Amino acid sequence: MARIGVFICHCGENISATVDCEKVAKVASEFPGVAVSVDYKYMCSDPGQNLVKEAIIEHKLTGVVVSACSPRMHEPTFRNACAEAGLNPFLCEMANIREHCSWVHEKGDATTQKAIDIVRTLVEKVKRNEALAPIYVPISKTAVVIGGGVAGIQAALDIADAGHKVVMVEREPSIGGHMSQLSETFPTLDCSQCILTPRMVDVARHPNITLYTYAEIESVDGSIGNFNVKIRLKSKSLDEKVCTGCGACIQKCPVKKIPSEFEQGLGMRTAIYVPFPQAVPNKPVIDRKNCTYYIKGKCKVCEIVCPTKAIRFDQEDSFVEVQAGALLLATGFDVLKTSAFPEYGYGKYKDVIDGLQFERLASASGPTKGEIRRPSDGQIPKKIVFIACAGSRDPAKGREYCSKICCMYTAKHAMLYKHKVHEGTPYIFYMDIRATGKMYEEFVRRAIEEDEVKYIRGRVSQVYEKNGKLIVRGVDTLLMGQPVEIEADMVVLATAGIANQGSEELAQKLHVSYDKHKFFSEAHPKLKPVETNTAGIFLAGACQSTKDIPETVAAASGAAAKVVGLFSNDMLKRDPLIAIVKKSPPPVYSSCTGCFMCIQVCPYQAIDKEEIKDRNGNIIKTISHINPGLCQGCGTCVAFCKSKSIDILGYNHDQVYAEVSALLNE
Amino acid sequence: MQKKIGYYPGCSLEGSAREYNESVQTLAKAFDVTLEQVPDWNCCGATAAHNLNKVLSFALPARILANAEKAGMENILVPCAACYNRLSMVQHELGKNESLRNEVNAIIEADLKCNLKILNIIQFIQMFISDFVGDKQQLLFNKKVACYYGCLLVRPNDVLGFDRAEDPQMMDEVMKSLGADTIDWPFKTECCGAGLSVSRTDIVGNLSGRIVKEAADRGAEAIIVACPMCHSNLDMRRPAIEKAIGEKIDIPVIYISQAIDMALGKTQKETGINRHFVPVNIELKKKEAEPQVVIEKTEEK
Repeated sequence: MARIGVFICHCGENISATVDCEKVAKVASEFPGVAVSVDYKYMCSDPGQNLVKEAIIEHKLTGVVVSACSPRMHEPTFRNACAEAGLNPFLCEMANIREHCSWVHEKGDATTQKAIDIVRTLVEKVKRNEALAPIYVPISKTAVVIGGGVAGIQAALDIADAGHKVVMVEREPSIGGHMSQLSETFPTLDCSQCILTPRMVDVARHPNITLYTYAEIESVDGSIGNFNVKIRLKSKSLDEKVCTGCGACIQKCPVKKIPSEFEQGLGMRTAIYVPFPQAVPNKPVIDRKNCTYYIKGKCKVCEIVCPTKAIRFDQEDSFVEVQAGALLLATGFDVLKTSAFPEYGYGKYKDVIDGLQFERLASASGPTKGEIRRPSDGQIPKKIVFIACAGSRDPAKGREYCSKICCMYTAKHAMLYKHKVHEGTPYIFYMDIRATGKMYEEFVRRAIEEDEVKYIRGRVSQVYEKNGKLIVRGVDTLLMGQPVEIEADMVVLATAGIANQGSEELAQKLHVSYDKHKFFSEAHPKLKPVETNTAGIFLAGACQSTKDIPETVAAASGAAAKVVGLFSNDMLKRDPLIAIVKKSPPPVYSSCTGCFMCIQVCPYQAIDKEEIKDRNGNIIKTISHINPGLCQGCGTCVAFCKSKSIDILGYNHDQVYAEVSALLNE
Repeated sequence: MQKKIGYYPGCSLEGSAREYNESVQTLAKAFDVTLEQVPDWNCCGATAAHNLNKVLSFALPARILANAEKAGMENILVPCAACYNRLSMVQHELGKNESLRNEVNAIIEADLKCNLKILNIIQFIQMFISDFVGDKQQLLFNKKVACYYGCLLVRPNDVLGFDRAEDPQMMDEVMKSLGADTIDWPFKTECCGAGLSVSRTDIVGNLSGRIVKEAADRGAEAIIVACPMCHSNLDMRRPAIEKAIGEKIDIPVIYISQAIDMALGKTQKETGINRHFVPVNIELKKKEAEPQVVIEKTEEK
């Protein structure tokens, strides 16, 4: 005889504001098989959990229904509580009357009735629950870090230093990411490359890190502890083992006018190239889209000049497969291009540039060797207007969020300009100055007070070109909306930080959720900031939302700590909610007819064939067999099984029918 | 083939912008398009109504739309940019807001479907004229022109869905097809001063002055417009403009429909350019026969 305990949570007022919890408890107490039914303000609190534990012992409960929030939230909490009281944790179920009921309906009898119905279905289900034991699977202690910017570098080094293997995958020819493009960093004005490049070299040299550049994730399957990651190594048209990185090919390459990605289009590169002098690895790749040989079928100058004969024109993409226990996403961000701004000229004015382009102009390794010269004619600009919030905080541009980094880097840009061009005048149009990091506000004050950067609070309505000048028309809202017009030589837009190109596609490959701006979503905005909703996949840095360097590095170390924590166990405990093929005594053995439809539909390749033999070794029957280590409990095979021979533990046919019947036979 | 379209001229086209009406009529006639006036039409409310009373500002255009719907019209041409904007905005709002639609329906005693296709002059030209100009064009519009769209034709972009809100291009395309050289300039949608024309001509002089001067500085020989308000500010208020900028500028302001009429070789009376305050002293070049025609003739021989 079932003895079920029902525990109705008020969740403060989250549930009780619209659902009459007392009534739910009272009605539920009369359901057949219910031994005890109580309501409580905070069931997840310590006294609330004790209520559950005491009831289990006192009423000798055979099952528990906690009717509260989503099982995603507190199922583990209450299952642990049940286990502590000696009840098998899989005999505890959550009835979600918060997300599925109280939050989405108005207060009223119908809402309470719905909560009662939800509780009834779970009571009927839990009566049919069986005690289950968790399964343990070994963990592959290798982490795949996707993205080789500062986030990926930090995370990879942390994990590798903890003694675990790391595979780093970077789609560009070199690691380094956006940080390697930056000139100097706020709030200390130390050189970005000086602090980053040693870390890049550390990655390349670390015995625990395998680095794949010019590589992309082809596919990922498996799950936490045992991901199978297939990596596409794009052809570099080069034998890296033979190449010494002497650079002769780059010097002689006849195609020299390709806008350099690293220089943000302000400088040129050749068709065979390394993105920048400090690149890691410092060996070139051939850009096949622009290489004369691949376009016209002849040239091969690089092959002729290569002293070690390292060029391989016929090299094809290759693949490596990695067994990984965890994945770490550190794919970074991009910035909105100036072409997205109709009011500032749709990108048609050469001297209207974005923040990353200004970084290159100010960088000692940049196209102007660190001199601030405008792109159109190479003149030193006498006046530069910086426009903050270009695209950010602007619903009209579809980006209502604050990009967070622009206030600081714009202050830095204006400061760097003033340091390099003493007679120059920097103006900054801004909405608010958000300088909330350590030493950040002081930095902005320094820009205003010492470097005399002219801050104008207001928006710019239009930028247009006239007689070689850029006319910037805006408004000064601190002067009661006075129109302002500035004849500038250059305009720098602090364009919004956006999700990196390809992030949506990658998220879909990895089954990681992402927001409407295509940034990857964390599992919980406060308490799980570096986890994703997919177990075993972690986030670091600006792929989640734009972040500055300190924040990115902190997030990367946080994510690395999570990976190292996971790898500190040899076996991974998993819920046994997996599919099984039902067996029966001889002479039937199993109702499975051996159609093997399930093998074809299983997305995880978890099903194979099992031969049932008699004691002489003769095959009696061949049936399906599900590998418990690979099965994810998705249930696809259950739906396809014609003979109803497959069940999901914890969600078997009886249980699901009981739930449905409970709704229908009210 | 006889083509038919509903026509809402609005008050301007019967008064200060009657030459706009004349040129549209001439244009329609030249391409066999019948302009069927919306029966018993009224004022669109202009800027005045929505400053006074929200419901009134919906009811006035709604009545026009209802009359057009009742007359079985599917699309209507609204040459005045302000009327076009009001009618489009109201149809959009009433289309998605059922309670407001019911309220307005009750006032105007109608049952609005809100499914009219409302065309501005440029859309009309694209639909009924551009593809058929061909041989009808007699004169080449061989001038450097500044296309000036004003604020009402392209905004708000998510409602009107016409051209791009900054730096629009459609009028430029029409003018280029007539042989004109259109200048790339930043003031295509700049404010002309609009209704301040009456109360504060000095402000209009300043605002419109910027526009006219910019066009002149960039070498335009004519400004092409599609809005009676813009036209009157740039043309009729030229003395105020000249006072504001301290400079005499004599570039004429021509409606897009007039420009096409001129290229078709229509008379001053037919195009209505004789009614302008700034004289339209533009000599267009005779269009040379197209080379293909010559080739065909030689083949015949």
